[in-house]
Amino acid sequence: MSTPRLFVVGATHHLAPLAVRERLSLDAAAATALQDHLAALPGLRELTVLGTCNRVEFYGVAESADAIEGIAARFCERQRFEAADFARVRLDLADEAAVRHLLEVAAGLDSQIVGETEIFGQVKAAYAAAQAAGRTGPVLNRVFQKCFQAAKHVRTHSAITAGQVSVANVAVELALSIFGGLEDARILLLGAGEVGEKTARAFLSRGAATLTVSSRSLERAMELATALGASALPFEAREAHLAEFDIVVCATAAPAAVLSCAAVAAAMHRRPARPLFLIDQALPRDVDPAVTDLENVFLYNLDDLAQIAERNRAARESELARCRAMAAERAAALWRAVAPQVTAAPGGAPAAVAAPEHRPASA
Amino acid sequence: MLAAITDRTWLWAAAGCYFSGCALGVLAWRRLGRPAAGATYGLIAIGYALQLAGLTVRGRAVGGCPLGNQLELWQFTAWSATTLYLIVGVAFRHSVLGYFTAALAALLTAVSLAVPGWDAGPRLHVFGNNPWIELHAALAVFSYGVFGLVALTSLMFLLRHRSLKTKDPGGGFALLPSIRDLDQMGVRLLGTATAILTAALAVIGLIFLREPATVSVAKFLATSALWLAYVVLLVLRLRGRLIAQRFAWAGAGLFLAAMLTLSLVNPSRPAPAPAAEARQP
Repeated sequence: MSTPRLFVVGATHHLAPLAVRERLSLDAAAATALQDHLAALPGLRELTVLGTCNRVEFYGVAESADAIEGIAARFCERQRFEAADFARVRLDLADEAAVRHLLEVAAGLDSQIVGETEIFGQVKAAYAAAQAAGRTGPVLNRVFQKCFQAAKHVRTHSAITAGQVSVANVAVELALSIFGGLEDARILLLGAGEVGEKTARAFLSRGAATLTVSSRSLERAMELATALGASALPFEAREAHLAEFDIVVCATAAPAAVLSCAAVAAAMHRRPARPLFLIDQALPRDVDPAVTDLENVFLYNLDDLAQIAERNRAARESELARCRAMAAERAAALWRAVAPQVTAAPGGAPAAVAAPEHRPASA
Repeated sequence: MLAAITDRTWLWAAAGCYFSGCALGVLAWRRLGRPAAGATYGLIAIGYALQLAGLTVRGRAVGGCPLGNQLELWQFTAWSATTLYLIVGVAFRHSVLGYFTAALAALLTAVSLAVPGWDAGPRLHVFGNNPWIELHAALAVFSYGVFGLVALTSLMFLLRHRSLKTKDPGGGFALLPSIRDLDQMGVRLLGTATAILTAALAVIGLIFLREPATVSVAKFLATSALWLAYVVLLVLRLRGRLIAQRFAWAGAGLFLAAMLTLSLVNPSRPAPAPAAEARQP
């Protein structure tokens, strides 16, 4: 290759299985160190390293193919990974395709869970780190910043981020559609197992303030309550205190229902105007299904939640083609704008980024 | 040039804006999966201004509040609902309420203009020279507009409730406010509308005591019955006796009854002296 190129090289979840990604993964400190190390490669003008649990990607501007191959070689060397194995899972894109890929990554279109928004922050953080270290230049600065704008456009002009796709988050979303906010919702967690804890944590992360844990083992309930900053309630008292709660997460391993229809009806009699949201994540079920017929009571079991998560996932997938078309259009326009800067001779372009010093690969 | 525009032209233009606001909401939801709240609010605000212009032209022509026939009553009801929405919509950001308000206003304004008999023939000056009757009428019809919003929140509640009970909370239902927000909004609007109707009835009650001949008994009784129904609904809700979808059904149903009582206004009113044609200023 004789002309300079904008490139992305790396490995993602599309081709690299988990076992490979584990070996190739870079945390933030490692990514920064590697970035410093790679910047000394001859012919490499700009560089940004993105490392997440599903991808390791090197975005840059190179004067020659040798510089790109140098990145792959030094990365494999640092990770103690066979170059031939890396070649089998390698992502290798250039110019407009590289821009489009970055845009799709930032918009969550390339994520394992399509439409997830965490990746946007990760890309921004990677770019900020590279910029702070002086590894980016006029091309990457423009490409990343424009891609952030375009990614926001794609997300806000489509339903790609609509609906939750994990069971715990679906439960939280349903609670929000009943109560509006979780700040003053009182939550009871029945069962101190992993499933219930995960859901409880999802509620806490979305602003729930009042959580009570009740389990057949009071000791275990108190232990989890302490870990979650909640209070504990004896299991025998659950039905008597049911009227005090707005959301009940049921995830016990009890062989039969632990909330009867009569108990729920009695609780609702004491608080008729306040809705009660019952989330039954247990198998066998913890809540008598007959409570569905009670006024102002909303019962969702494991299948209900899973079906909603699946529908949301399918809805996001159905938005993919339209989002990708939007991304392609914007990427093409962006590439047309930056291509002259990429192909310009280093002397004629704004200052090239050089590494402060060369560091050994095994640093 | 604006002076040459007839009241009906202003009102048709307003109906067009309301319809556009509603259509834009549906399009935004179908294409983007989210509300176009700002644009809808803007279209409703423009429609509101156009409707106000039409009602002003007509009000000047009749020398009072334009509440003299079925068209004007429906127009004023729609105008009242949008008045409150333009305040509530900004304060609470209930953008979906905008679509429903736009739909209701478009329906009321378009139907009232489209039915030929509702604005045909000589228009009667309905209030004689008594400004208190005019105040009563304005308050009562304004309360109907607010009851219209109660019906809209009830409808939204029923849709949201059904989607949650049938385990299908996605799609357009996800844009609706929460069950609790809709319930609280409905109760507050119901309280507001009932208070306004109470004031309207208090005014007409005083007039009835002093000058019984000027008040239509049938209309007075119909409005009182409606008021009583709304008071009972409010009390039952506040005491937790009528809740959730039963409360919502009652709120929506009573508004239909309220619109039916509007038809009693013209035929049951004692015939005052004929006034000048009000179609043109």
